[in-house]
Amino acid sequence: MTGKAKINIEHLDLYIGKQHILKDVSTQIPEKKITVILGPSGCGKTTLLKSLNRLTDLYSNVKVSGKIFIEGEDILHTNMDITEIRKRMGLLSQRPYPLPMNIFNNVAYGLRISGRTNKIVLRKRVQHYLELVNLWDEVKDRLHDPASSLSIGQQQRLCLARGLSVDPDIILADEPTSALDPISSEVVEKKFIDLKSQYTVVVVTHSLQQARRIADYAIFMYLGEIIEQGPASEFFSDPKEELTKSYLKGLFN
Amino acid sequence: MKLGVRKAEELFFRVVMFLATTVILLALLMIIFTILHKGLAAVSWKMISQLPKGGFYFGKEGGILNAILGSIYLASGASILAILFGLPVALYINIHLHKNKRLVTAIRFMLDVMWGIPSIVYGAFGFTVMLFFGMRSSLLAGMLTVTLFIIPIMIRSIDEVMKTVPKGLLESTLSLGSTKSETAYRVYFKQCISGVTTALLLSFGRAIGDAASVLFTTGYTDNLPTSLSEPTATLPLAIFFQLSSPIAEVKERAYASAVILTVIILIISLVSRVSARKYLKHKIK
Repeated sequence: MTGKAKINIEHLDLYIGKQHILKDVSTQIPEKKITVILGPSGCGKTTLLKSLNRLTDLYSNVKVSGKIFIEGEDILHTNMDITEIRKRMGLLSQRPYPLPMNIFNNVAYGLRISGRTNKIVLRKRVQHYLELVNLWDEVKDRLHDPASSLSIGQQQRLCLARGLSVDPDIILADEPTSALDPISSEVVEKKFIDLKSQYTVVVVTHSLQQARRIADYAIFMYLGEIIEQGPASEFFSDPKEELTKSYLKGLFN
Repeated sequence: MKLGVRKAEELFFRVVMFLATTVILLALLMIIFTILHKGLAAVSWKMISQLPKGGFYFGKEGGILNAILGSIYLASGASILAILFGLPVALYINIHLHKNKRLVTAIRFMLDVMWGIPSIVYGAFGFTVMLFFGMRSSLLAGMLTVTLFIIPIMIRSIDEVMKTVPKGLLESTLSLGSTKSETAYRVYFKQCISGVTTALLLSFGRAIGDAASVLFTTGYTDNLPTSLSEPTATLPLAIFFQLSSPIAEVKERAYASAVILTVIILIISLVSRVSARKYLKHKIK
């Protein structure tokens, strides 16, 4: 691995009931790079992503062991407040979930809960983040319309702006373009590439093409285990494991 | 199965559904027609604006302002109390407790049982508690009894709507660094505002329309309700007392009172529907 590790996962095991979802997962996610988690459906990649900001706490009957260090702090065994941990990671889900309020308030929500309530500051910050995701020009005249009136692609960018507004240093994305049209997908992908100069980006995808386009580091999972991982250039050109080879050839997905 | 049989089956079920819908609609229309037919003639400004005077119950001068105001006070007070307790319970079940499926199922089951208990039982319970504290029948005692009686309706109706909130919305909101309570009051409440309105309406309707729970607890009086500790008249009891009279004019007034009760519920429904519409457009589907 090149560069500094931002997230360090050591021997992570996760059970839901009796089902063993993540099996002894260990990896290091590099800082300010795009890490892509690849694998067929049901291989545990979403669960791995969600355990990074402990959304797995919401599952019933879940049992987690192992360690997840984020900048040295083990977030599974920490005294830190869970909301502080989550605030450091923006989440983009498979389909966008804007908040049930208008466009402006969707971005202002995160700012408000972190204590910024000055109206002028809010307006400036909201504009800043909407510009950052190339949405400002499309919505500047309709900031008070419901967020649900936007197209799905616009909603996903709004969710990205909202996630960035709380000033995270990590972006977690769970198949962020699978519900989007090709044009919005491209905008989101390009945005990730822009964002990696400042953020550590972790993307779950089962689109091989997308992984090839954006990945700096790749992790391949199969049935809850990491089969192979490495810098994208090596991973895609010279995979070591048979399973990886046949997955990359498209023999299964 | 042969196509002919399947077509016949389709036709059969369509006829069954059509008939069921028609019968229900007709029954509803019949009720409204009966009330209007028998009561509309006796509805007058006097009836709405005056208190019962001497001889009112024998068909003489006066109105039922005491019962109209009493019922509105009672149902509003009980609905406000019920939502103050009910909304936090529904939010707590759906956001904080949802992981503990067994506990949540048990709570829902208990609330459903409470929903099914006849209101006369709540009335008797309220009466016992009232006596224990040395209170007499009063607006307050009635309000508390009715609150108990409508709270399962309130909680379960809000709960049913909150169950449908997509899990992704919860995850997204928590990912922004919201606490669960911020999620509850800033997001879930807004997302479910139409459901909360429906719950409020259902509860208000039950509160204003129920006679058995207020019979012993609220009492009855010909005076205007002026204090929480005084007995208070209510419309369902006004209807009950007048309907049991042998005098034709008084019976007619019972139906007129029913018209008034129906109109109050109609107005409240319309007003709350219209005021909730503003928030409805923000709902995430």
